[in-house]
Amino acid sequence: MISRKRGLFRVPAVVHQEETPLLYTNDLAVSYNGALVLLGVSFAVTTGERIAVVGPNGAGKSTLFKVLAGVLSPTSGEVRVAGHEPGGHICIAYLPQRSEVDWGFPVTVYDVVMMGRYGKIGFLARPSKDDRAQVQQALAVVGMDGLAQRQISELSGGQQQRMFIARALAQEAELILMDEPLAGLDMPAQEQILEILDSLRDRQTTVMVATHDLNLASEYFDRLILLKAKLIGIGKPEEVLTADNLTEAYGGHLRLVETEDGIFVLQDTCCGGGH
Amino acid sequence: MDVVIEWILAPLRYPFMIRGLLAALMVGIVCATVGTYMVLRGMAFLGDALAHAILPGVAVGYLVSGGARGPIFWWALGAGILTALGIGAVGKGAQVKEDTAIGIIFSGMFALGIAIISTMRGYAVDLSHFLFGNVLGVSWADLTLTAVFGALVLLVVFGLYKEFLLLSFDPVLAATLRVPAEFLRYLLLVLIALTIVVSLQTVGVALMVAMLITPAATAYLLTQRMATMMLLGAFIGALSGIIGLYLSYYASVASGAAIVLVATAIFLVTLLFAPRRGLLRLWVRREEQPTTP
Repeated sequence: MISRKRGLFRVPAVVHQEETPLLYTNDLAVSYNGALVLLGVSFAVTTGERIAVVGPNGAGKSTLFKVLAGVLSPTSGEVRVAGHEPGGHICIAYLPQRSEVDWGFPVTVYDVVMMGRYGKIGFLARPSKDDRAQVQQALAVVGMDGLAQRQISELSGGQQQRMFIARALAQEAELILMDEPLAGLDMPAQEQILEILDSLRDRQTTVMVATHDLNLASEYFDRLILLKAKLIGIGKPEEVLTADNLTEAYGGHLRLVETEDGIFVLQDTCCGGGH
Repeated sequence: MDVVIEWILAPLRYPFMIRGLLAALMVGIVCATVGTYMVLRGMAFLGDALAHAILPGVAVGYLVSGGARGPIFWWALGAGILTALGIGAVGKGAQVKEDTAIGIIFSGMFALGIAIISTMRGYAVDLSHFLFGNVLGVSWADLTLTAVFGALVLLVVFGLYKEFLLLSFDPVLAATLRVPAEFLRYLLLVLIALTIVVSLQTVGVALMVAMLITPAATAYLLTQRMATMMLLGAFIGALSGIIGLYLSYYASVASGAAIVLVATAIFLVTLLFAPRRGLLRLWVRREEQPTTP
Protein backbone atom coordinates (compact mmCIF):
# COMPACT_ATOMS: atom_id res chain seq x y z
CA MET A 1 0.00 0.00 0.00
CA ILE A 2 1.49 3.28 -1.09
CA SER A 3 0.68 6.24 1.07
CA ARG A 4 1.02 9.70 -0.37
CA LYS A 5 2.83 11.95 2.05
CA ARG A 6 0.99 15.22 2.17
CA GLY A 7 0.53 17.68 4.94
CA LEU A 8 1.81 17.53 8.47
CA PHE A 9 0.52 15.10 11.07
CA ARG A 10 -1.07 12.90 8.46
CA VAL A 11 -3.30 10.21 9.91
CA PRO A 12 -1.35 6.96 9.71
CA ALA A 13 -3.06 4.45 7.48
CA VAL A 14 -4.37 1.42 9.29
CA VAL A 15 -3.57 -1.79 7.48
CA HIS A 16 -6.74 -3.79 7.24
CA GLN A 17 -6.54 -7.34 8.40
CA GLU A 18 -8.02 -9.73 5.88
CA GLU A 19 -10.23 -12.61 6.90
CA THR A 20 -11.70 -10.88 9.90
CA PRO A 21 -15.25 -9.55 9.72
CA LEU A 22 -15.33 -5.93 8.55
CA LEU A 23 -17.14 -4.96 11.70
CA TYR A 24 -17.40 -6.84 14.94
CA THR A 25 -18.67 -5.82 18.35
CA ASN A 26 -18.50 -7.74 21.57
CA ASP A 27 -20.68 -7.07 24.61
CA LEU A 28 -20.95 -3.38 23.88
CA ALA A 29 -22.49 -1.17 26.58
CA VAL A 30 -23.00 2.58 26.71
CA SER A 31 -24.48 4.55 29.58
CA TYR A 32 -25.30 8.25 29.78
CA ASN A 33 -25.54 9.74 33.26
CA GLY A 34 -26.11 6.32 34.75
CA ALA A 35 -28.87 5.31 32.29
CA LEU A 36 -28.03 2.37 30.06
CA VAL A 37 -28.52 3.21 26.38
CA LEU A 38 -26.89 0.07 25.02
CA LEU A 39 -26.31 -3.19 26.81
CA GLY A 40 -24.59 -6.39 25.76
CA VAL A 41 -24.62 -5.73 22.02
CA SER A 42 -22.58 -8.27 20.05
CA PHE A 43 -22.68 -8.82 16.30
CA ALA A 44 -20.49 -9.14 13.22
CA VAL A 45 -20.87 -7.69 9.72
CA THR A 46 -19.06 -8.91 6.62
CA THR A 47 -17.84 -6.75 3.75
CA GLY A 48 -20.47 -5.65 1.26
CA GLU A 49 -23.45 -6.46 3.46
CA ARG A 50 -26.43 -4.15 3.72
CA ILE A 51 -27.87 -4.02 7.19
CA ALA A 52 -30.78 -2.12 8.67
CA VAL A 53 -30.80 -1.24 12.34
CA VAL A 54 -34.39 -0.98 13.54
CA GLY A 55 -36.04 -0.32 16.85
CA PRO A 56 -38.29 2.19 18.59
CA ASN A 57 -37.29 5.78 19.34
CA GLY A 58 -34.59 5.89 21.98
CA ALA A 59 -33.55 2.30 21.26
CA GLY A 60 -29.93 3.45 20.93
CA LYS A 61 -29.62 3.35 17.13
CA SER A 62 -27.82 6.70 16.87
CA THR A 63 -25.69 5.88 19.89
CA LEU A 64 -24.65 2.57 18.33
CA PHE A 65 -23.63 4.38 15.13
CA LYS A 66 -21.61 6.97 17.00
CA VAL A 67 -19.76 4.22 18.82
CA LEU A 68 -19.08 2.38 15.56
CA ALA A 69 -17.82 5.62 13.99
CA GLY A 70 -15.46 6.10 16.93
CA VAL A 71 -17.04 9.42 17.93
CA LEU A 72 -18.30 8.03 21.22
CA SER A 73 -16.38 5.62 23.45
CA PRO A 74 -18.36 2.67 24.75
CA THR A 75 -18.64 2.32 28.51
CA SER A 76 -17.55 -1.29 28.16
CA GLY A 77 -17.15 -3.92 25.48
CA GLU A 78 -15.18 -3.72 22.27
CA VAL A 79 -15.58 -2.67 18.65
CA ARG A 80 -13.31 -3.85 15.87
CA VAL A 81 -13.40 -2.45 12.36
CA ALA A 82 -11.28 -4.55 10.01
CA GLY A 83 -9.54 -5.89 13.09
CA HIS A 84 -8.79 -2.52 14.71
CA GLU A 85 -10.45 -0.13 17.12
CA PRO A 86 -12.48 2.59 15.40
CA GLY A 87 -9.92 5.18 16.56
CA GLY A 88 -7.43 4.51 13.78
CA HIS A 89 -9.81 4.68 10.84
CA ILE A 90 -10.90 7.26 8.38
CA CYS A 91 -12.68 4.68 6.26
CA ILE A 92 -15.89 4.86 8.29
CA ALA A 93 -18.40 7.49 7.24
CA TYR A 94 -21.22 8.59 9.53
CA LEU A 95 -24.07 10.40 7.75
CA PRO A 96 -25.91 12.65 10.20
CA GLN A 97 -29.68 12.93 10.40
CA ARG A 98 -30.74 15.81 8.21
CA SER A 99 -32.34 17.60 11.16
CA GLU A 100 -28.93 17.79 12.87
CA VAL A 101 -27.32 19.83 10.09
CA ASP A 102 -27.12 23.64 9.96
CA TRP A 103 -28.44 24.12 6.41
CA GLY A 104 -27.91 27.88 6.53
CA PHE A 105 -24.14 27.40 6.79
CA PRO A 106 -22.35 29.22 3.95
CA VAL A 107 -20.97 26.22 2.09
CA THR A 108 -21.70 24.79 -1.33
CA VAL A 109 -22.35 21.14 -2.21
CA TYR A 110 -18.80 20.99 -3.56
CA ASP A 111 -17.35 22.28 -0.26
CA VAL A 112 -19.23 19.68 1.77
CA VAL A 113 -18.19 16.77 -0.45
CA MET A 114 -14.58 18.02 -0.37
CA MET A 115 -14.70 17.73 3.44
CA GLY A 116 -14.69 13.97 2.90
CA ARG A 117 -11.18 14.35 1.47
CA TYR A 118 -9.78 16.29 4.45
CA GLY A 119 -8.58 13.17 6.22
CA LYS A 120 -6.46 12.28 3.20
CA ILE A 121 -5.29 15.82 2.48
CA GLY A 122 -3.87 16.29 5.97
CA PHE A 123 -3.11 19.32 8.11
CA LEU A 124 -2.15 22.64 6.50
CA ALA A 125 -2.30 21.27 2.94
CA ARG A 126 -4.69 22.27 0.15
CA PRO A 127 -6.81 19.97 -2.05
CA SER A 128 -4.93 18.62 -5.07
CA LYS A 129 -6.12 17.94 -8.59
CA ASP A 130 -6.72 14.33 -7.56
CA ASP A 131 -8.90 15.40 -4.64
CA ARG A 132 -10.97 17.61 -6.91
CA ALA A 133 -11.39 14.76 -9.40
CA GLN A 134 -12.54 12.44 -6.60
CA VAL A 135 -15.15 14.99 -5.53
CA GLN A 136 -16.46 15.36 -9.08
CA GLN A 137 -16.63 11.61 -9.46
CA ALA A 138 -18.48 11.16 -6.18
CA LEU A 139 -21.00 13.81 -7.22
CA ALA A 140 -21.52 12.01 -10.54
CA VAL A 141 -22.26 8.71 -8.77
CA VAL A 142 -25.13 10.28 -6.84
CA GLY A 143 -26.33 12.28 -9.85
CA MET A 144 -25.48 15.69 -8.42
CA ASP A 145 -22.72 16.86 -10.81
CA GLY A 146 -24.87 19.77 -11.96
CA LEU A 147 -25.45 21.03 -8.42
CA ALA A 148 -21.85 21.36 -7.20
CA GLN A 149 -21.99 25.15 -6.79
CA ARG A 150 -25.38 25.24 -5.03
CA GLN A 151 -25.54 26.55 -1.50
CA ILE A 152 -26.75 23.69 0.68
CA SER A 153 -29.93 25.48 1.83
CA GLU A 154 -31.19 25.36 -1.76
CA LEU A 155 -31.28 21.56 -1.91
CA SER A 156 -34.30 19.31 -1.59
CA GLY A 157 -34.32 16.67 1.13
CA GLY A 158 -33.28 13.92 -1.28
CA GLN A 159 -30.46 16.04 -2.68
CA GLN A 160 -29.23 16.82 0.83
CA GLN A 161 -29.03 13.11 1.57
CA ARG A 162 -27.32 12.30 -1.73
CA MET A 163 -24.76 15.03 -1.06
CA PHE A 164 -23.78 13.30 2.18
CA ILE A 165 -23.52 9.96 0.39
CA ALA A 166 -21.21 11.65 -2.13
CA ARG A 167 -19.12 12.89 0.79
CA ALA A 168 -18.84 9.34 2.13
CA LEU A 169 -17.71 8.22 -1.34
CA ALA A 170 -15.14 11.03 -1.54
CA GLN A 171 -13.92 9.85 1.86
CA GLU A 172 -13.40 6.41 0.25
CA ALA A 173 -15.35 4.96 3.13
CA GLU A 174 -15.67 1.20 3.32
CA LEU A 175 -18.32 1.30 6.01
CA ILE A 176 -21.10 3.88 5.67
CA LEU A 177 -23.42 4.48 8.60
CA MET A 178 -26.62 6.32 7.69
CA ASP A 179 -28.93 7.66 10.36
CA GLU A 180 -32.56 7.74 9.12
CA PRO A 181 -31.59 8.58 5.51
CA LEU A 182 -35.12 8.17 4.19
CA ALA A 183 -37.08 9.93 6.92
CA GLY A 184 -39.21 12.74 5.51
CA LEU A 185 -38.42 12.02 1.86
CA ASP A 186 -41.08 11.48 -0.77
CA MET A 187 -41.25 8.19 -2.68
CA PRO A 188 -39.21 9.20 -5.77
CA ALA A 189 -36.45 10.60 -3.55
CA GLN A 190 -36.47 7.43 -1.44
CA GLU A 191 -36.16 5.29 -4.54
CA GLN A 192 -33.21 7.34 -5.79
CA ILE A 193 -31.41 6.76 -2.50
CA LEU A 194 -32.19 3.03 -2.61
CA GLU A 195 -30.78 2.86 -6.15
CA ILE A 196 -27.59 4.49 -4.93
CA LEU A 197 -27.43 1.90 -2.13
CA ASP A 198 -27.56 -0.78 -4.83
CA SER A 199 -24.61 0.79 -6.63
CA LEU A 200 -22.71 0.89 -3.32
CA ARG A 201 -23.23 -2.84 -2.97
CA ASP A 202 -21.60 -3.29 -6.38
CA ARG A 203 -18.57 -1.44 -5.03
CA GLN A 204 -18.39 -3.78 -2.01
CA THR A 205 -19.13 -0.89 0.32
CA THR A 206 -20.78 -2.01 3.53
CA VAL A 207 -23.82 0.02 4.49
CA MET A 208 -25.66 0.16 7.78
CA VAL A 209 -28.88 2.17 7.91
CA ALA A 210 -30.80 3.15 11.01
CA THR A 211 -34.49 3.38 10.26
CA HIS A 212 -37.84 3.27 12.00
CA ASP A 213 -39.55 1.90 8.87
CA LEU A 214 -39.77 -1.85 9.42
CA ASN A 215 -41.40 -2.60 6.08
CA LEU A 216 -38.72 -0.83 4.13
CA ALA A 217 -36.05 -2.51 6.24
CA SER A 218 -37.42 -5.99 5.59
CA GLU A 219 -37.81 -5.33 1.87
CA TYR A 220 -34.42 -3.87 0.95
CA PHE A 221 -31.85 -5.18 3.40
CA ASP A 222 -29.88 -8.41 3.69
CA ARG A 223 -30.09 -8.53 7.43
CA LEU A 224 -31.75 -6.62 10.22
CA ILE A 225 -30.64 -5.76 13.70
CA LEU A 226 -33.56 -5.22 16.06
CA LEU A 227 -32.44 -3.04 18.91
CA LYS A 228 -33.96 -1.85 22.12
CA ALA A 229 -30.97 -0.97 24.27
CA LYS A 230 -30.01 -4.62 23.94
CA LEU A 231 -29.86 -6.58 20.76
CA ILE A 232 -33.15 -8.43 20.41
CA GLY A 233 -32.47 -10.09 17.10
CA ILE A 234 -30.09 -10.18 14.16
CA GLY A 235 -30.56 -12.04 10.91
CA LYS A 236 -32.78 -12.22 7.86
CA PRO A 237 -35.93 -10.08 8.13
CA GLU A 238 -38.29 -13.02 8.59
CA GLU A 239 -36.07 -14.43 11.34
CA VAL A 240 -35.90 -11.16 13.24
CA LEU A 241 -39.37 -9.69 12.84
CA THR A 242 -41.18 -12.39 14.76
CA ALA A 243 -44.20 -11.58 16.86
CA ASP A 244 -42.29 -12.23 20.09
CA ASN A 245 -39.33 -10.04 19.09
CA LEU A 246 -41.53 -7.18 17.97
CA THR A 247 -43.57 -7.27 21.16
CA GLU A 248 -40.36 -7.23 23.15
CA ALA A 249 -39.05 -4.19 21.23
CA TYR A 250 -42.20 -2.16 20.74
CA GLY A 251 -44.58 -3.36 23.43
CA GLY A 252 -48.17 -3.11 22.26
CA HIS A 253 -47.61 -0.39 19.67
CA LEU A 254 -47.42 -2.68 16.65
CA ARG A 255 -49.91 -4.80 14.84
CA LEU A 256 -48.77 -7.71 12.74
CA VAL A 257 -50.62 -8.73 9.64
CA GLU A 258 -49.65 -12.13 8.26
CA THR A 259 -49.72 -12.28 4.49
CA GLU A 260 -48.30 -14.84 2.09
CA ASP A 261 -45.19 -12.65 1.71
CA GLY A 262 -44.54 -12.83 5.40
CA ILE A 263 -45.38 -10.56 8.26
CA PHE A 264 -46.50 -7.05 7.47
CA VAL A 265 -46.10 -4.51 10.22
CA LEU A 266 -48.49 -1.69 11.03
CA GLN A 267 -46.92 0.93 13.25
CA ASP A 268 -48.94 3.34 15.31
CA THR A 269 -45.93 5.06 16.80
CA CYS A 270 -44.36 7.58 14.60
CA CYS A 271 -41.05 9.15 14.70
CA GLY A 272 -41.80 12.54 13.34
CA GLY A 273 -39.84 12.83 10.06
CA GLY A 274 -42.07 14.89 7.78
CA HIS A 275 -45.48 13.26 8.16
CA MET B 1 -16.46 67.94 -5.81
CA ASP B 2 -13.70 69.95 -4.19
CA VAL B 3 -15.86 70.21 -1.13
CA VAL B 4 -16.11 66.44 -0.84
CA ILE B 5 -12.37 65.99 -1.31
CA GLU B 6 -11.67 68.67 1.24
CA TRP B 7 -14.17 67.00 3.58
CA ILE B 8 -12.29 63.72 3.24
CA LEU B 9 -8.79 65.18 3.41
CA ALA B 10 -9.27 67.67 6.24
CA PRO B 11 -9.04 65.16 9.10
CA LEU B 12 -5.94 63.58 7.55
CA ARG B 13 -3.92 66.65 8.43
CA TYR B 14 -3.83 65.38 11.99
CA PRO B 15 -1.41 62.49 12.59
CA PHE B 16 -3.66 61.13 15.35
CA MET B 17 -6.45 60.77 12.78
CA ILE B 18 -4.19 58.84 10.41
CA ARG B 19 -3.15 56.52 13.22
CA GLY B 20 -6.77 56.14 14.27
CA LEU B 21 -7.88 55.30 10.73
CA LEU B 22 -5.12 52.71 10.34
CA ALA B 23 -6.09 51.14 13.67
CA ALA B 24 -9.80 51.08 12.75
CA LEU B 25 -8.95 49.53 9.38
CA MET B 26 -6.85 46.71 10.86
CA VAL B 27 -9.27 46.04 13.70
CA GLY B 28 -12.20 45.90 11.28
CA ILE B 29 -10.43 43.29 9.16
CA VAL B 30 -9.17 41.03 11.97
CA CYS B 31 -12.38 41.19 14.01
CA ALA B 32 -14.66 40.24 11.11
CA THR B 33 -12.40 37.36 10.07
CA VAL B 34 -12.42 35.77 13.50
CA GLY B 35 -16.03 36.89 14.00
CA THR B 36 -17.09 34.74 11.04
CA TYR B 37 -16.49 31.63 13.15
CA MET B 38 -18.28 33.19 16.11
CA VAL B 39 -21.37 33.95 14.00
CA LEU B 40 -21.41 30.49 12.42
CA ARG B 41 -20.84 28.65 15.69
CA GLY B 42 -23.14 30.81 17.84
CA MET B 43 -20.34 32.16 20.04
CA ALA B 44 -21.52 35.78 20.38
CA PHE B 45 -22.19 35.55 24.11
CA LEU B 46 -18.90 33.78 24.67
CA GLY B 47 -17.02 36.52 22.80
CA ASP B 48 -18.73 39.22 24.83
CA ALA B 49 -17.80 37.40 28.01
CA LEU B 50 -14.19 37.00 26.93
CA ALA B 51 -13.89 40.72 26.16
CA HIS B 52 -15.23 41.71 29.57
CA ALA B 53 -13.13 39.17 31.40
CA ILE B 54 -9.94 40.78 30.11
CA LEU B 55 -10.55 43.94 32.16
CA PRO B 56 -8.74 42.81 35.35
CA GLY B 57 -5.65 42.02 33.25
CA VAL B 58 -5.77 45.50 31.79
CA ALA B 59 -6.26 46.99 35.27
CA VAL B 60 -3.31 45.16 36.79
CA GLY B 61 -1.16 46.13 33.80
CA TYR B 62 -2.18 49.74 34.33
CA LEU B 63 -1.41 49.52 38.04
CA VAL B 64 2.06 48.01 37.70
CA SER B 65 3.12 50.20 34.80
CA GLY B 66 1.67 53.46 36.06
CA GLY B 67 -0.32 53.97 32.88
CA ALA B 68 2.28 53.12 30.21
CA ARG B 69 0.61 51.54 27.16
CA GLY B 70 3.07 48.75 26.33
CA PRO B 71 2.81 46.68 29.53
CA ILE B 72 -0.99 46.98 29.48
CA PHE B 73 -1.04 45.17 26.14
CA TRP B 74 0.96 42.24 27.48
CA TRP B 75 -1.08 42.00 30.67
CA ALA B 76 -4.28 42.08 28.65
CA LEU B 77 -2.88 39.40 26.37
CA GLY B 78 -2.03 37.17 29.34
CA ALA B 79 -5.45 37.67 30.88
CA GLY B 80 -7.14 37.05 27.53
CA ILE B 81 -5.37 33.77 26.87
CA LEU B 82 -5.91 32.53 30.43
CA THR B 83 -9.62 33.37 30.24
CA ALA B 84 -9.94 31.75 26.81
CA LEU B 85 -8.48 28.52 28.16
CA GLY B 86 -10.63 28.80 31.29
CA ILE B 87 -13.80 29.31 29.28
CA GLY B 88 -12.80 26.39 27.05
CA ALA B 89 -12.58 24.15 30.11
CA VAL B 90 -15.95 25.31 31.49
CA GLY B 91 -18.76 22.96 30.58
CA LYS B 92 -16.57 19.94 31.28
CA GLY B 93 -17.76 19.92 34.86
CA ALA B 94 -21.56 19.67 34.72
CA GLN B 95 -22.70 21.34 37.95
CA VAL B 96 -24.28 24.25 36.07
CA LYS B 97 -25.00 24.84 32.39
CA GLU B 98 -22.17 26.20 30.27
CA ASP B 99 -23.66 29.64 29.57
CA THR B 100 -24.48 30.08 33.27
CA ALA B 101 -20.89 29.29 34.18
CA ILE B 102 -19.59 31.71 31.55
CA GLY B 103 -21.96 34.41 32.76
CA ILE B 104 -20.73 34.01 36.33
CA ILE B 105 -17.05 34.02 35.41
CA PHE B 106 -17.32 36.98 33.06
CA SER B 107 -19.28 39.29 35.36
CA GLY B 108 -17.07 38.32 38.29
CA MET B 109 -13.89 39.10 36.34
CA PHE B 110 -15.41 42.33 35.02
CA ALA B 111 -16.30 43.42 38.56
CA LEU B 112 -12.78 42.60 39.71
CA GLY B 113 -11.40 44.79 36.91
CA ILE B 114 -13.63 47.71 37.85
CA ALA B 115 -12.73 47.25 41.53
CA ILE B 116 -9.00 47.40 40.79
CA ILE B 117 -9.33 50.44 38.54
CA SER B 118 -11.52 52.24 41.07
CA THR B 119 -8.73 52.10 43.65
CA MET B 120 -6.56 54.30 41.43
CA ARG B 121 -6.81 58.04 41.55
CA GLY B 122 -8.58 59.72 38.64
CA TYR B 123 -9.91 56.41 37.48
CA ALA B 124 -13.08 57.73 35.83
CA VAL B 125 -11.41 58.88 32.60
CA ASP B 126 -9.21 55.83 32.18
CA LEU B 127 -12.02 53.41 32.92
CA SER B 128 -14.11 54.90 30.15
CA HIS B 129 -11.16 54.45 27.77
CA PHE B 130 -11.03 50.76 28.55
CA LEU B 131 -14.78 50.36 28.31
CA PHE B 132 -15.40 52.33 25.16
CA GLY B 133 -12.01 52.62 23.49
CA ASN B 134 -9.93 55.63 22.55
CA VAL B 135 -8.86 55.09 18.98
CA LEU B 136 -7.55 58.64 18.63
CA GLY B 137 -5.07 57.99 21.42
CA VAL B 138 -3.38 55.14 19.54
CA SER B 139 0.42 55.48 19.27
CA TRP B 140 2.70 54.14 16.55
CA ALA B 141 3.91 51.50 19.02
CA ASP B 142 0.30 50.39 19.59
CA LEU B 143 -0.23 50.24 15.85
CA THR B 144 2.81 48.01 15.41
CA LEU B 145 1.55 45.58 18.04
CA THR B 146 -1.89 45.55 16.42
CA ALA B 147 -0.35 44.88 13.00
CA VAL B 148 1.94 42.10 14.19
CA PHE B 149 -0.67 40.20 16.22
CA GLY B 150 -3.44 40.90 13.75
CA ALA B 151 -1.29 39.41 10.98
CA LEU B 152 -0.56 36.41 13.20
CA VAL B 153 -4.28 35.79 13.70
CA LEU B 154 -4.98 36.08 9.97
CA LEU B 155 -2.10 33.74 9.18
CA VAL B 156 -3.42 31.03 11.50
CA VAL B 157 -6.95 31.37 10.10
CA PHE B 158 -5.57 31.12 6.56
CA GLY B 159 -3.41 28.10 7.36
CA LEU B 160 -6.12 26.18 9.21
CA TYR B 161 -9.00 27.33 7.02
CA LYS B 162 -10.25 23.88 6.12
CA GLU B 163 -9.83 22.46 9.62
CA PHE B 164 -11.86 25.28 11.18
CA LEU B 165 -14.47 24.97 8.43
CA LEU B 166 -14.87 21.27 9.11
CA LEU B 167 -15.01 21.77 12.87
CA SER B 168 -17.66 24.48 12.51
CA PHE B 169 -19.86 22.65 10.02
CA ASP B 170 -19.65 19.05 11.13
CA PRO B 171 -17.85 18.20 14.39
CA VAL B 172 -18.81 14.54 14.02
CA LEU B 173 -16.99 14.25 10.69
CA ALA B 174 -14.08 16.13 12.25
CA ALA B 175 -13.95 13.44 14.93
CA THR B 176 -14.14 10.53 12.45
CA LEU B 177 -11.42 12.09 10.30
CA ARG B 178 -9.15 12.43 13.36
CA VAL B 179 -8.94 16.18 13.17
CA PRO B 180 -7.69 17.35 16.60
CA ALA B 181 -11.01 18.98 17.46
CA GLU B 182 -10.27 19.83 21.08
CA PHE B 183 -6.99 21.51 20.18
CA LEU B 184 -8.67 23.54 17.45
CA ARG B 185 -11.49 24.57 19.78
CA TYR B 186 -9.00 26.01 22.27
CA LEU B 187 -6.97 27.55 19.47
CA LEU B 188 -10.06 29.35 18.19
CA LEU B 189 -10.72 30.73 21.68
CA VAL B 190 -7.12 31.95 21.90
CA LEU B 191 -7.47 33.60 18.46
CA ILE B 192 -10.61 35.38 19.66
CA ALA B 193 -8.77 36.51 22.79
CA LEU B 194 -5.85 37.82 20.69
CA THR B 195 -8.26 39.67 18.43
CA ILE B 196 -9.99 41.26 21.40
CA VAL B 197 -6.68 42.41 22.89
CA VAL B 198 -5.45 44.01 19.67
CA SER B 199 -8.83 45.73 19.24
CA LEU B 200 -9.12 46.91 22.83
CA GLN B 201 -8.00 50.49 22.21
CA THR B 202 -10.22 50.98 19.20
CA VAL B 203 -13.66 50.00 20.45
CA GLY B 204 -13.10 49.05 24.09
CA VAL B 205 -14.40 46.15 26.11
CA ALA B 206 -18.09 47.05 26.12
CA LEU B 207 -18.50 47.38 22.34
CA MET B 208 -16.05 44.65 21.35
CA VAL B 209 -18.62 42.02 20.53
CA ALA B 210 -20.22 44.33 17.96
CA MET B 211 -16.97 44.59 15.97
CA LEU B 212 -16.58 40.82 16.13
CA ILE B 213 -20.04 39.78 15.03
CA THR B 214 -21.89 42.62 13.30
CA PRO B 215 -19.78 42.87 10.08
CA ALA B 216 -19.53 39.06 9.91
CA ALA B 217 -23.30 38.70 10.35
CA THR B 218 -23.85 41.28 7.60
CA ALA B 219 -21.60 39.27 5.30
CA TYR B 220 -23.48 36.09 6.25
CA LEU B 221 -26.65 37.57 4.79
CA LEU B 222 -24.89 38.27 1.49
CA THR B 223 -22.76 35.21 0.78
CA GLN B 224 -22.92 31.47 0.20
CA ARG B 225 -19.36 30.44 0.99
CA MET B 226 -17.34 30.88 4.13
CA ALA B 227 -14.28 32.36 2.42
CA THR B 228 -16.40 35.04 0.75
CA MET B 229 -18.13 35.69 4.05
CA MET B 230 -14.75 36.38 5.68
CA LEU B 231 -13.50 38.67 2.91
CA LEU B 232 -16.74 40.61 2.69
CA GLY B 233 -17.00 40.80 6.49
CA ALA B 234 -13.44 42.17 6.65
CA PHE B 235 -14.33 44.78 4.03
CA ILE B 236 -17.50 45.80 5.89
CA GLY B 237 -15.61 45.92 9.19
CA ALA B 238 -12.88 48.13 7.72
CA LEU B 239 -15.45 50.36 6.03
CA SER B 240 -17.41 50.74 9.27
CA GLY B 241 -14.18 51.70 11.05
CA ILE B 242 -13.32 54.42 8.54
CA ILE B 243 -16.81 55.87 8.12
CA GLY B 244 -17.27 55.73 11.89
CA LEU B 245 -14.10 57.74 12.50
CA TYR B 246 -15.16 60.42 10.03
CA LEU B 247 -18.53 60.52 11.74
CA SER B 248 -16.75 60.87 15.03
CA TYR B 249 -14.59 63.72 13.66
CA TYR B 250 -17.41 65.77 12.15
CA ALA B 251 -20.26 65.02 14.53
CA SER B 252 -18.09 64.89 17.68
CA VAL B 253 -19.40 61.47 18.64
CA ALA B 254 -17.30 59.05 20.71
CA SER B 255 -15.24 57.13 18.14
CA GLY B 256 -15.94 53.57 19.34
CA ALA B 257 -19.66 54.22 19.45
CA ALA B 258 -19.61 55.84 16.00
CA ILE B 259 -17.85 52.83 14.47
CA VAL B 260 -20.30 50.38 16.01
CA LEU B 261 -23.30 52.50 14.96
CA VAL B 262 -22.10 52.51 11.34
CA ALA B 263 -21.62 48.71 11.43
CA THR B 264 -25.11 48.32 12.90
CA ALA B 265 -26.65 50.58 10.25
CA ILE B 266 -25.00 48.57 7.46
CA PHE B 267 -26.33 45.40 9.04
CA LEU B 268 -29.90 46.70 9.26
CA VAL B 269 -29.92 47.89 5.64
CA THR B 270 -28.56 44.51 4.54
CA LEU B 271 -31.09 42.65 6.66
CA LEU B 272 -33.84 44.41 4.74
CA PHE B 273 -32.45 44.36 1.24
CA ALA B 274 -30.12 41.33 0.94
CA PRO B 275 -30.87 39.57 -2.36
CA ARG B 276 -31.28 36.05 -0.98
CA ARG B 277 -31.65 36.17 2.77
CA GLY B 278 -33.09 39.68 3.15
CA LEU B 279 -36.44 40.27 4.81
CA LEU B 280 -37.92 42.01 1.76
CA ARG B 281 -36.97 39.06 -0.42
CA LEU B 282 -38.63 36.70 2.06
CA TRP B 283 -41.82 38.76 2.10
CA VAL B 284 -41.94 38.87 -1.69
CA ARG B 285 -41.41 35.13 -1.86
CA ARG B 286 -44.23 34.58 0.62
CA GLU B 287 -46.55 36.70 -1.50
CA GLU B 288 -45.63 34.75 -4.62
CA GLN B 289 -46.32 31.37 -3.07
CA PRO B 290 -49.92 30.83 -2.06
CA THR B 291 -49.98 29.30 1.41
CA THR B 292 -50.34 25.56 1.24
CA PRO B 293 -53.42 24.16 2.94
